[in-house]
Amino acid sequence: MEQLLQQIASGLASGAIYACIALALVMIFTATEHLNFAQGEMAMFSTYLCWQLLQWGLGFWTSLAIAAGLSFVIGVLIERIILRPLQGASALSVVVVFIGLLAIFHSMAGAIWSHTIKTFPSPFPNVSFAGSGIIGPHQIGMVVVTIIMLSALFAFFRFTTLGLAMRAAAQNPVSARLVGVNVDWMLALGWGLAAAIGAVAGAMVAPVVYLEPNMMTSILLYGFAGALVGGISSPGGAVFGGFMVGVIENLVAYFGNLTEKMFGVYVIGNGEKLSVALIIVITILTLKPAGLFGRVITKRV
Amino acid sequence: MTAILEVEGLKAFYGVSEALHGIGFTLQQGGITTILGANGAGKTTTLRALVGMIRREGRILFDGRPIENLSTEAIARLGVAHVPDGRGTFTGLSVDENLRIAAYTRSDKAAIRDDLERVFSYFPRLKERVGQQAGTLSGGEQQMLAIARALMLRPRLMLLDEPSFGLAPLIVQEIFRIMRLINQEGKVSVLLVEQNAALALNLATEAYVLETGNVVMSGPAADVKNDEGIRRSYLGY
Repeated sequence: MEQLLQQIASGLASGAIYACIALALVMIFTATEHLNFAQGEMAMFSTYLCWQLLQWGLGFWTSLAIAAGLSFVIGVLIERIILRPLQGASALSVVVVFIGLLAIFHSMAGAIWSHTIKTFPSPFPNVSFAGSGIIGPHQIGMVVVTIIMLSALFAFFRFTTLGLAMRAAAQNPVSARLVGVNVDWMLALGWGLAAAIGAVAGAMVAPVVYLEPNMMTSILLYGFAGALVGGISSPGGAVFGGFMVGVIENLVAYFGNLTEKMFGVYVIGNGEKLSVALIIVITILTLKPAGLFGRVITKRV
Repeated sequence: MTAILEVEGLKAFYGVSEALHGIGFTLQQGGITTILGANGAGKTTTLRALVGMIRREGRILFDGRPIENLSTEAIARLGVAHVPDGRGTFTGLSVDENLRIAAYTRSDKAAIRDDLERVFSYFPRLKERVGQQAGTLSGGEQQMLAIARALMLRPRLMLLDEPSFGLAPLIVQEIFRIMRLINQEGKVSVLLVEQNAALALNLATEAYVLETGNVVMSGPAADVKNDEGIRRSYLGY
């Protein structure tokens, strides 16, 4: 029983990271209908920035804040300089650009900071407490930080005029222009926010998966799965989906181990976690393409 | 009377094809001008060109100020509110959000509240549905929302693209009645594009008739209405 709780708890912790990545993907998708394949690598690069600042002796939260700020600027610049000229280009051209960005960030990180695996400190004190057998302090910290960030984002989109303008620009750019919203800047701002979310997610997960250029590869896939499960058009759904995927992958491993113990046959286990994520993607796309919470907007004319 | 909108030699393009061939017209401050014509005459194109939704050439003076090189959002901020064909509803946002987004560029909170009240007094049905997702409104309600949203910009000039399209006659009458109110009480000048020429000529003071991208006739609305030749050849009633 304790083991099961442990698995669920650690599923929620990694789910928090997937939720962040899923949300970053959804933010760009709802505004542009493109899936940013470079989202994971951008987050990895941001994590290196954070690491570099830590090496220079800055405190953890200061480093993270600066890294998130820099990532925001990088995100805005990518949109303004690289994607703006591609407005109206075919989806395929944009996909190629995203893959190019992925490769660029990947090799740039390797070139600047080398491909060797680095440890990344956790900002949370390593104390033991009742229940620390089930969930560790870093895992709790990860969940709390991401939940705070996600709530702040939702409040921003829900209650501020700028947030409303960003949603309006994503939904109906033509009408948004007609009421004076500068849609181009809203898109760039969305890219910046997505990149900053990635930076926080990266710094939270790095103490667990260690820092190296490949650290985000599988996390991006889980993020995709989360976004698709929840609904690629629904930010709330994407966050829920991210947590769900985190829990599901751990339960798969848990029940895999259980069956192996009981029947002595290896059916499924840790090695198949990623496959499970991909199976989820395919199943959702086949059965419910809009995702669990994706809106198929009803219109009356 | 001074002109709020002066247009000279306006050309508009879809890709490389020229859809307007250098039209000119004037809209008096506080007036209602209508642009009439058959399908494909260039009515919608004219409005799109005015607010920079498509490539255009020529001279456009809004309140004496050239706007032909400004972006759509900059023109909106100057006080030109375009109610596009298809109504441009933000279907996924609530009615309230649809209205508040139009006040995005304004910081005068109290005035925004007053404007909301005023808009609701024109369209009480929107007040009843304020929290509802705008995509679930009926066609007539969405048209009302589109006009209400335009009003939230505190415009000095409103461009209306076929507000009667696809609506029941009673609703159309109601919308035209309110447009007259908005014009008179709110001192908003109106440029109205309509298929329904009879309706438009009743509301408007001036009329222009377009045919394949050229102005073929213009004058006081009453004259156009009473000219049987024009009515038969261009307006079809």
